[in-house]
Amino acid sequence: MATTTTPALASGTGRRTAPAAGKRPKNRLDHQYPYWFYLPAAIVYSVLFLVPTFASFYFSLTRWTLFDVEFIGLDNFVAFFQEPALVKGLVNTVIYGVITSGLKVVLGMLLAVLLTSQIIARGYLRSVVFFPVLLSGIGVGIMFQVMMNPEGLINDALGLFGIDGPGWLTNPSLALYSVALIDVWKGVGLATLIYIAGIVSIPREYFEAAKVDGASSTSSFFHIVLPLARPATVTVIILSLIGGLRSFDLIWATTRGGPGFSSDVIASVIYKQYQAGFYGISTAGNVILFILVTAIVVPLFMFLSRKEVDL
Amino acid sequence: MRLRHPSVMAVAAVATLVLSACSAGDLGSSDSDSKGGGKVSLTYLVGNSEASVRSAEQVTKDFMAQNPDITVKIEPRPEGGEGDNLVKTRLSTGEMSEVFGYNTGSLFQQIAPEKNLLPLDDQPWVGQLDENFKKTVTAGGKVYGAPSGAFMAGAVMYNKSVYAKLNLQVPKTWAEFMANNAKIKAAGIDPIVQTYGETWTSQLFVLGDFHNVLINEPDFPEKYTKNQAKYATDPYAIKGFQHQEEAHKAGYFNKDFASAKLDDGVKKIANGDGAHWPILSAVASNIVANYPDKAKDVGMFPLPGDDAADNGMTVWTPGGLYIPKTVEGAKLDAAKKFIAFMASPEGCDSQTKGSAPTGPYAIKSCKLPADVPQVAKDIETWVNKPGASSLALEFLSPIKGPALEQITVEVGSGIRSAKAGAELYDQDVKKQAQQLGLDGW
Repeated sequence: MATTTTPALASGTGRRTAPAAGKRPKNRLDHQYPYWFYLPAAIVYSVLFLVPTFASFYFSLTRWTLFDVEFIGLDNFVAFFQEPALVKGLVNTVIYGVITSGLKVVLGMLLAVLLTSQIIARGYLRSVVFFPVLLSGIGVGIMFQVMMNPEGLINDALGLFGIDGPGWLTNPSLALYSVALIDVWKGVGLATLIYIAGIVSIPREYFEAAKVDGASSTSSFFHIVLPLARPATVTVIILSLIGGLRSFDLIWATTRGGPGFSSDVIASVIYKQYQAGFYGISTAGNVILFILVTAIVVPLFMFLSRKEVDL
Repeated sequence: MRLRHPSVMAVAAVATLVLSACSAGDLGSSDSDSKGGGKVSLTYLVGNSEASVRSAEQVTKDFMAQNPDITVKIEPRPEGGEGDNLVKTRLSTGEMSEVFGYNTGSLFQQIAPEKNLLPLDDQPWVGQLDENFKKTVTAGGKVYGAPSGAFMAGAVMYNKSVYAKLNLQVPKTWAEFMANNAKIKAAGIDPIVQTYGETWTSQLFVLGDFHNVLINEPDFPEKYTKNQAKYATDPYAIKGFQHQEEAHKAGYFNKDFASAKLDDGVKKIANGDGAHWPILSAVASNIVANYPDKAKDVGMFPLPGDDAADNGMTVWTPGGLYIPKTVEGAKLDAAKKFIAFMASPEGCDSQTKGSAPTGPYAIKSCKLPADVPQVAKDIETWVNKPGASSLALEFLSPIKGPALEQITVEVGSGIRSAKAGAELYDQDVKKQAQQLGLDGW
């Protein structure tokens, strides 16, 4: 897929020559003027993102009650890693992120291949697959909580086939995975959409050439679609991983982190600490989440981008 | 033609800007303000349980009938952890309603009363307060709250007709209780109802057992606050956790205990599909409201300990009504009047009309009518017997950890052993003690 770069600076008025990469016109006015366009966005970004992030780094080292602040060093982080419930939240977060991301990539790709081939009602099916993405997380969570009740709709349906459905949300070993499956149902539409965009942009010549050479459809999938849809795959992995690691509203609406602590993730742990008034520990949890997401996603992004293939 | 489009767009944009300048407040539904003149309007923030809201509606109706120049609007808030969150945040940002209802005891201490609330020592009703209740709304020697609702007990709700049918006696020891449970299970009825879909209800095995701890160790609260006594190592305190574990292991819980909600529990105990339910007696008002002809079938007995002679009920003082420091002027006078009404015999009668009381009121001049539910009558007999009732731990110590409800769900579901659960809770309260800045932690 061709990667396009937009001209970095809109060069003022009526300059006929586009600025070549790395060369700047000598005129000082022209040099300074474009940078001022960054200012509004920079202000919003600093005030709403940079300042709170650095402030939270500071507050995570304190015990505070919104008005009194007491500096205690790394005690909050020590408490976070010593309490089994909090460590479990960390572990669950990684499991949840990896499962939802993996499933969305695989299912999204399969659905995209299906939805870019010649099938009946393709447009309708695309809308049906994408529809859950538009629903509110809380609404989906409450709905599935009712359906996944041990005597609810899903187990009744399974009962028709003679299968004794388990307690999806009440069995502590299943709760997290059930919520992960709900998340995949809800989010796979977005992954499919990105993949469809990626697949559709592959020129038809490749497929035709492959068919002339006698390639089967599986072989053309593995040798044409997969490599050339690489940027789409990277996007889906990164976006779904970030979303999965930060996920909160779905988990809160289905199980509140229950039963007990078995489906707690970092976001719900942070929220519970905040509810109890432990603002310092809750901020420390947020810092840990920030570090976790950055530490996983940044190296992954660099690794995956290196292998991008240009058309 | 092309030139008209930009001007039409400009007009549309300006019109939208003008509309956005209208603030929603002016278009609000405040009928009192539209009348002009001296009408004061108050907001009363109250927990959103059925009983609280009904009681609050009745009281505000009667109060407004007596005081036509004051309107009181009810604002419900969630209960449990989310309610704590809301109250603490609003107090910190100075946006609390003129009157709000919240817990007393340790949760009251956690909202920094001396900083956020108005002391009400000078009010006429302070002399009528029950002594135990006064202790739970006092900080730094001053009284900050009036009672809202009645005393309630954390004990075992039981279905009297099941007991009559199977010829059982009210158990005085844990062994007798378990023997009763075995007979009830043999008869095909769920011996103990649990409703972990509503997580706070899982705590009663531990919290309701506190009388049995206090009567054997009267200094437990002080030692606990100073980090010298712990649930995991104290032989009496850990019994609550152990009982819950034992009851689960014996298979005495209802089949859907993990997902049952509060209303499911009410239905079971009222209809006799479940025999016992360790719960707060306030739930009896749900029975009266939804199954009024079954209310006489449901009674209450205290969680039994090991010794029949020590049997007694753990009681909770009613919630408190508070005024934040930010209220002034005419609204302050109106708020004080409202609270004085709640704390008077007329206020008590009004609350009784709204929601059946499940215990005695905390105002000495308020008397319980004769037609209260059976649960309230049972509690009254225990409260009136000297030495047969104690305040729950949260009123004798400022420390209560936020994760107890999750830990007891784990113990009751068999996910964690009683000892591990007790240890986890001790770790949990450490955070709370440190946040409050207590010594010894």
